[in-house]
Amino acid sequence: MRIRVNGESRSFDDGTTVAEVITALGAPKSGVAVAVDGEVVPRADWPLLRLTQGATVEVLTAVQGG
Amino acid sequence: MSEHRSERQRARSGASPESTGVDDVLVIGGRKIASRLVMGTGGAANLAVLERALVASETALTTVAMRRVDAGGGPGVLELLRRLGIEVLPNTAGCRTAAEAVLTARLAREALDTDLVKLEVIADERTLLPDPIELLEAAEQLVADGFTVLPYTNDDPVLARKLEQAGCAAVMPLGSPIGTGLGIRNPHNIAMIVEAAGVPVVLDAGIGTASEAAQAMELGCDAVLLATAVTRAADPERMAHAMRLGVAAGRAARLAGRIPRRYWAQASSPALDES
Repeated sequence: MRIRVNGESRSFDDGTTVAEVITALGAPKSGVAVAVDGEVVPRADWPLLRLTQGATVEVLTAVQGG
Repeated sequence: MSEHRSERQRARSGASPESTGVDDVLVIGGRKIASRLVMGTGGAANLAVLERALVASETALTTVAMRRVDAGGGPGVLELLRRLGIEVLPNTAGCRTAAEAVLTARLAREALDTDLVKLEVIADERTLLPDPIELLEAAEQLVADGFTVLPYTNDDPVLARKLEQAGCAAVMPLGSPIGTGLGIRNPHNIAMIVEAAGVPVVLDAGIGTASEAAQAMELGCDAVLLATAVTRAADPERMAHAMRLGVAAGRAARLAGRIPRRYWAQASSPALDES
């Protein structure tokens, strides 16, 4: 299936979880938050929530700013 | 809130011994903040320069922005703030609508485990001025969602009042547009905001040098938030030190109660024929 991760269309196996996408991104485990289709996914739900075709995933962290 | 007002009353009526010492602590949303200089982290050449500047500033609260992890992010700045014992203040920089800002704030809360947010909703890239309509809308939603909201706002006393009425824990009017270093363009508006506010007023944006940070505090602001003036200074560490002194001097002068301005001279030495 194709999902959009941080603005980029990528291919994942059906049933991929949010946690697996984060691992694939190489994102750090702490200091990171995820939104799927504009809704925040609590950390505890990352291994549970399975993504579906066409989902939009945003993975954010803190950077220098402000 | 009433405690805050009484503190301001004391400041207006002149010096009070307890308010010039260790008890003169900034409280925002029930949190004690150990410094009246809030720092930003944007614009620093690298983390080593940033670290020296933050240490010299003696700040206790510092902003970070939220960005996609593959956009050059990483935990570097967070690790630095944790190591220095500085509380993290996530912002919603780059957001143009209330909806974007609310989502960014929620992501920041999840990522950083804090309900503090510096709420920024910017109208356009040229001025980076706040969009007052989207800002107020976002503030109302975030307050309802349990956030401690610190809105970056225009130097507009009416908007500041509405943000306070919406439940914001502080108001943060600009001195001049972000990154300009033009100082406080409308001191009278800042004074009016301070006069009316029942929550802390943080002068945010536009500060270029230490005298302007002092001026903000003399006008009665409770704190100053700045980044560019330090991070893009020729010597960021030294400028951070200067800003710390400027904020402290301005605060002390405010509490001391300045003399009234006079039109004509008033001799400070006795006349020759007096004994």
